[in-house]
Amino acid sequence: MDNILSMITFIPLLGAAILALFLRGEDEAAQRNAKWLALIATSITFLISIFLIAQFDPSNTGFQFVEEREWLLGLTYKVGVDGISVLFVMLTTFLMPLTILACWNVTVRVKEYMIAFLVLETLMIGVFVALDLILFYLFFEGGLIPMFLIIGIWGGKDRIYASFKFFLYTFFGSVLMLVAIIAMFVDAGTTDIPTLLTHNFGSETFSLLGVQIVGGVQTLMWIAFFASFAVKMPMWPVHTWLPDAHVQAPTAGSVVLAAILLKMGGYGFLRFSLPMFPVASELLAPFVLWLSAIAIVYTSLVALAQQDMKKLIAYSSVAHMGYVTAGIFTANQQGIDGAIFQMLSHGFISGALFLCVGVIYDRMHTREIDAYGGLVNRMPAYALIFMLFTMANVGLPGTSGFIGEFLTLMGMFQANTWVAAVATTGVILSAAYALWLYRRVVMGDLIKESLRSITDMTRREKAIFAPLVAATLILGVYPSLVTDVIGPSVEALISDNRDAVAAWDGGATTVAENAVSEETGH
Amino acid sequence: MTSADFNILLPEIVLAVFAMAALMFAVYTGKDRTAPAILWATAAIFLVLALFIGINGDGAQAAFGGLFVDDAFSRFAKILILVSAAAVLVMSHDYMAKRDLLRFEYPLLVALAAVGMMVMVSAGDLLVLYMGLELQSLSLYVVASLRRDSAKSTEAGLKYFVLGALSSGLLLYGASLTYGYAGTTEFAGIIGAATAEDLPLGLLFGLVFLVSGLAFKVSAVPFHMWTPDVYEGAPTPITAFFATAPKVAAMALFARLVHDAFGGITAEWGQIVAFLSVASMFLGAVAAIGQRDIKRLMAYSSINHMGFALMGLAAGTAFGVQAMLVYMAIYVTMNVGTFAFILSMSRDGRVVTDIRALNQYSKREPLKALAVLVLMFSLAGVPPLVGFFGKFYVLRAAVDADMAWLAVAGVIASVIALFYYLRIVYYMYFGEETEALDSGMAPTQWALLMVAAAVMVLGVVNLFGIEGPAAAAASALVD
Repeated sequence: MDNILSMITFIPLLGAAILALFLRGEDEAAQRNAKWLALIATSITFLISIFLIAQFDPSNTGFQFVEEREWLLGLTYKVGVDGISVLFVMLTTFLMPLTILACWNVTVRVKEYMIAFLVLETLMIGVFVALDLILFYLFFEGGLIPMFLIIGIWGGKDRIYASFKFFLYTFFGSVLMLVAIIAMFVDAGTTDIPTLLTHNFGSETFSLLGVQIVGGVQTLMWIAFFASFAVKMPMWPVHTWLPDAHVQAPTAGSVVLAAILLKMGGYGFLRFSLPMFPVASELLAPFVLWLSAIAIVYTSLVALAQQDMKKLIAYSSVAHMGYVTAGIFTANQQGIDGAIFQMLSHGFISGALFLCVGVIYDRMHTREIDAYGGLVNRMPAYALIFMLFTMANVGLPGTSGFIGEFLTLMGMFQANTWVAAVATTGVILSAAYALWLYRRVVMGDLIKESLRSITDMTRREKAIFAPLVAATLILGVYPSLVTDVIGPSVEALISDNRDAVAAWDGGATTVAENAVSEETGH
Repeated sequence: MTSADFNILLPEIVLAVFAMAALMFAVYTGKDRTAPAILWATAAIFLVLALFIGINGDGAQAAFGGLFVDDAFSRFAKILILVSAAAVLVMSHDYMAKRDLLRFEYPLLVALAAVGMMVMVSAGDLLVLYMGLELQSLSLYVVASLRRDSAKSTEAGLKYFVLGALSSGLLLYGASLTYGYAGTTEFAGIIGAATAEDLPLGLLFGLVFLVSGLAFKVSAVPFHMWTPDVYEGAPTPITAFFATAPKVAAMALFARLVHDAFGGITAEWGQIVAFLSVASMFLGAVAAIGQRDIKRLMAYSSINHMGFALMGLAAGTAFGVQAMLVYMAIYVTMNVGTFAFILSMSRDGRVVTDIRALNQYSKREPLKALAVLVLMFSLAGVPPLVGFFGKFYVLRAAVDADMAWLAVAGVIASVIALFYYLRIVYYMYFGEETEALDSGMAPTQWALLMVAAAVMVLGVVNLFGIEGPAAAAASALVD
């Protein structure tokens, strides 16, 4: 199986093509077939990806399972995984069958819905395995099209506004990255990511339109990439598309958006910003750290004031992504390990929380917090599961949420004590909004007339949550499952980064010394 | 000697003779009853000639002492022109026949315009250039007002004629200045006179006037005013024709003039072209936002796209020309597909051009809507569709030539332009239910729409190998 990555990437697309070409009709049987076909395609993808992780060698810090083919314009079709990306591939393939199961009740244009998700899966996996810059960009941007349609066609009342905002916001961020990518292509003469990882982009200070640019072209490229990934993450203050998109997206769309699409930003920082522009990352790290700290506190406070459950969880996502960005730019082992861990764990937790909202939304067709209360009386199983994920979201020890937050905070503490202090208040705030949400929705007496006949979760719904519960708890008590895989790659990344920064400092001092010696020479 | 010269000109001669013979034939037999036959014959002869040029062409030759050049560049442009003109003819048959517009003059005028375009891209002399350009333009003026009983169509023709005459005047004035200061109208002579070290001011003026005249033909801002009105007023098949072949010809001519005649002073015209490019990209993006008429929208879209193509030219390198050619090939394919769809837009047999009529089109016609969706995203340049690669090429050419600012301006304009393409998708997929459009579509239109959409998706594999010929064409033009 020497083309296992291509298989994982393109099996969903194949499923989509079969659906599009051979499935006819809009009746119930056709809808059922479409769902089953999508489920089978995503499940096969997941099963093959298990072989991938089984054969993956964590001690090898290079890229594995590499495939390379000629492509146009001197580009290559090149894919491969290392310790950083392999788990994101797993996260995607693991969550997609659950997502398909979660939209089992959809009755509008089912075939198209399934096609959109299958295409989206291919594009998402492609982002994580691409080893060619342009190939990466292709997958990264291509994902916008199916998501735009998912929000726009199957979304809520204000879906048009949300879908346009989503598309234009993220597209704008990314086109600047495209210019930087082209500049890198011109500078290095290749778009091969492993080669670019070892390429030194110029970091000599120069002046542009009278402004001194410390860190040189690296800084400019870093900013262009940052514009794209920060929007995707999303970071404060460019996060405003996310709550709109989440609220209007259908449940399954929200799950994919929160659990996987947001991770592309973090992955991008780890794959490009940190290793390719080490000097710029070092220079701008304080900026990112403070932005993240502000994001954590500010969006947590905003979450407290929300009336809409999905919006609350969306803001909580922004806050949790704040830990990720801060962790990445601490550029130390704990911080980056924690950031990756936090992304994976947030994938499970936020996905599950959106599914929880979906469960009661399917029954009551409202997401207003005020419309609920006392659900525990009628829905004990739901109350239990919702509680587990609320606690995980808060970061209770024993759940995966705790490990991620703890590691990133530890990393932050080493990098900047004040940022760590501010960010830690976010933990308290997250407890406040999450527990308050839980109290208002689940606890208390069931006094609302409309809720009298609400039913508990069906077997299908429980089946969706079971793997997520298991993943959250297992990673919570046995985090080395993840850290063992990512550890060596992260270590290599950090040591390369340190070397590059040290070389730059050295360069700066030699320049200064030369200047001094020249002056004395006069 | 002379027979060798005529051999080089064979495709143009065949086409011109065919057009005249068919004209005689139609006049003396059935007039408009022969129109369908002539239309199909013209399309067929376009394709045969394209094939002939593709197979037969080899190396670079010049006829009549350098007046007429046959090289890889002109062949690439000619094939593109002929194939797109054939596609437009084929898909217009149904539309014209239904609306009683199918006159025998139409395919013949298109054929004559094609001869003009082929002469344009092969021109090695300012006068040959002008001859080709005028043959093309005069044919186009007439077809624009083909619908004599429609005030809009006549207005479009007149507007096009008056402004076109103005631009021809500018071009001629530029040519005469160039002649005065370079002492020759041949490109090979001009390039010797126009050197960076010793550039007469008059020659620079000549260059500016020539570029202005050509900018009119490619509808680059600020010479674009005629485009929306002519696009809207002309019958839709004519609009489709305007948006494809003449744009390729004018763009190719532009490239040939600036490289063959003024290749020594790249920096001088590079700035002008860069300005035209930025202005076109932004105006094309911004002005289309308010448009509800899909033909006007496509007019602004084409202005925007010409801006991108000019970006490749502005780079002033061989790679820039290659990027421009690839961009034009992709642009033409997208436009053929889109116009095949626009031609089919009707309600109870009446033409509809309001984009709001597309509301919920995807529910009734999922496959066609999907094809249009692909074309729209491709026009917007969203990866992984082929339209993205066109943009990628020209952006790379710009960055390569140290014009990163131009690339940044381009991507910002592309975000703005994205909005109106998205809006068409929005009407088709998210809009409210309204009265349905007619579901029928001529098989040729359907086929072209589907082929264009499929090309946009499948081209991601290797762009159907267009890179090699484009690179060869570019290196024939720029050393």
